[in-house]
Amino acid sequence: MTKIIVLLVAAALIDFIVWWFFGNHYQQAVTADVSEQNIQHVQVIVDGGYQPETVVLKKGIPAQVHFQRQDPSSCLEKVVFPDLGINEFLPEQQDHPITIDTSKAGEYDYACGMNMFHGKVIVK
Amino acid sequence: MTIKNRFIFSLLLSLPMLLQMVLMPVGWMLPGGNWTMFLLTSGVMAVSARPFIHSAWAAFKNHHANMDTLVAIGTTTAYLYSIYALFQHQGVFFESAAFVITFILLGQVLEEKMRHNASSAVEKLIDLQAKEATVIRAGQAYQVPLEQVRVGDSLQVKPGEKIAVDGVITAGTSSIDESMVTGESLPVTKKAGDHVIGSTINQSGTFTFTAQKVGNETLLAQIVALVKKAQTSRAPIQKTADQISNIFVPVVLIIAILTFVIWNVFLQATGVQALLFAVSVVVIACPCALGLATPTALMVGTGRSAKAGVLIKNGEVLEAANNIQTIVFDKTGTITNAQPQVTDIVGDTQQVLQVAAALEKNSEHPLAAAILQAAQAQQLEIPTVKDFKALIGQGVQGQINHQLAFVGNEKLAAAYHLNNDFQQQMMQLQEQAKTVVVVGCSQNLIGLIAIQDTPKPSAIPTIAALKNQGLKTVMLTGDNERVAQAIGQQVGIDQVIANVLPSDKADTIKELQQQGHVAFVGDGINDAPALTTADVGIAMGSGTDIAIESGGIVLVRNDLRGVVQALELSKKTFKRIKLNLFWAFIYNALGIPIAAGLFVGWGLLLSPELAGLAMALSSISVVFSSLLLNKTKLTTIPV
Repeated sequence: MTKIIVLLVAAALIDFIVWWFFGNHYQQAVTADVSEQNIQHVQVIVDGGYQPETVVLKKGIPAQVHFQRQDPSSCLEKVVFPDLGINEFLPEQQDHPITIDTSKAGEYDYACGMNMFHGKVIVK
Repeated sequence: MTIKNRFIFSLLLSLPMLLQMVLMPVGWMLPGGNWTMFLLTSGVMAVSARPFIHSAWAAFKNHHANMDTLVAIGTTTAYLYSIYALFQHQGVFFESAAFVITFILLGQVLEEKMRHNASSAVEKLIDLQAKEATVIRAGQAYQVPLEQVRVGDSLQVKPGEKIAVDGVITAGTSSIDESMVTGESLPVTKKAGDHVIGSTINQSGTFTFTAQKVGNETLLAQIVALVKKAQTSRAPIQKTADQISNIFVPVVLIIAILTFVIWNVFLQATGVQALLFAVSVVVIACPCALGLATPTALMVGTGRSAKAGVLIKNGEVLEAANNIQTIVFDKTGTITNAQPQVTDIVGDTQQVLQVAAALEKNSEHPLAAAILQAAQAQQLEIPTVKDFKALIGQGVQGQINHQLAFVGNEKLAAAYHLNNDFQQQMMQLQEQAKTVVVVGCSQNLIGLIAIQDTPKPSAIPTIAALKNQGLKTVMLTGDNERVAQAIGQQVGIDQVIANVLPSDKADTIKELQQQGHVAFVGDGINDAPALTTADVGIAMGSGTDIAIESGGIVLVRNDLRGVVQALELSKKTFKRIKLNLFWAFIYNALGIPIAAGLFVGWGLLLSPELAGLAMALSSISVVFSSLLLNKTKLTTIPV
């Protein structure tokens, strides 16, 4: 009897893992606000990933993405934009603005130092 | 709390448990027994393991899972089960949770240190900059901070001082140590008119120079920017690893559940045994090793290359350089010195030289400099030219004293009658590997100028070294067949392709690409299309004007031997990436089945503690292996 329960629980857990991690969980992209000084600002919370994962910037307006790292893990201590040559350390519990070149439209993927967590900046 | 402090804390609390494990055979037990273990482990979990649990939970909410997820699940499972067992008066394994945390934190402490070493190359480059400079204004010398130096400022440099910015010497001579920027180990002697590079060290004399490039424009600043970009770039080979690490953690969790079920339900193991196997699986799996394999090697490899004066643009270039079969050189300026000199003049020396010099004054062709130099040496008066026109691939023409004059190659001469005498002399000169230009005035050919460009001393050993590596060497030039062949033979090149118009260089590369991957070596300014067409474009730098945009690999120093080192460094770095990835794959592919108890029949068994140690070592070994790239010895080629 116990064995059947173990089997059922295991099957349920596996189902849950597959659905939770591999299922399609759509996240809304966030558009940056344009300040009075004509600079775009958008905040990304770094905590077990990037929140929001996708931010949208307007082309041609100077932009800053403010990373705020709340996660103590060393996994997320750096943020890397391979296309833009940005590799910066994010101090914990602090606002760390990164200036993004918005002169060209495009999609810039970014990731943590070990390329485990991903995010995206879209300039259009 | 820093990782180091978390590690020390968990080590201190784990030590009594370790002592008990060692002294158990002689009958020593921890005072308070399991309850003491419970308290110690609770301390470890609450302080040292909490950040793991925090990240794991935060990631979970975002539908993500990473290494922290595995550590958190593995240790919490062991910890919670032990609490349950404590109250049920069954065997506990608190120490597993505490030891795993200690080992993993130890791993992270070491890894952090090594990762810092790996990325420090760029910071070291920036540190090379001078902090202040001596600016001369109205005859007075002032010390100013580096940021205040402007283009056009006159700067004085004393022996032993650092040169602040890029510029041209106006007065004085000195020998300068440029090794930090160009990788050239011998000091270079410079005099008025020569370019100096910011951040290099003035050794012997005092001189003044005019600042030409400051701030982000300087060579060093450009190198730093390029290396930074290269270090964050991704290599295509990493894609598979990334795809795996995306699904890695959930898959490991599923494997752990299956391990438990199979042991408990099908193999009749007790719940505790099955749980230990499952926990080991979760703990040993290491997505970090996969994630670190490429970036760390790329970081160290590109940094190491920069030190040798070889700038590798990104991971893609590195990978492409590894598959090169043919290496194509541009002749002028690459194989040869590009400082050709006039050797013979046929016809009325003075008249021929005057016409030629007048026309070439407006030209940027390397041969033009030779003609102008010869004219200056004879102190000839150079007439003015109207309606100057460059005939691409042929020469130049213009009006001198209302007469149409021209200077050019055979193609241009084809329109005119070349008498037998000229023709014969032309053949003779060409056979001596000299470039012959024809000079004409008002529809008549008035003379020939023979110009010779000598191969660089480094060309012969470089070509030999490349051939030794099994590469096919090709030389490309706009010169005629005979001149090209003569130079080609001198330096020992495999194949010579002559009479190629500048605009056709890229097409020739395309043709060669049908036989295999091609690298092209040229100067960044004239050869930009060929450099971008080739699988790997290697741009040779000269002085401060390195055309960083055009080449996949940029050699800071105008030294052909850098080509051998560039290929060598790319290959070594790429090999290291492959080795790292292989190790990371094999580690997980073997470690997980062992932890799951697949080899118990052969006595191969891993406790969660050992799994934790193995996991810590695996990511350390990958970073360490990358750091070994710093120690790479490069083949030195004697000139």
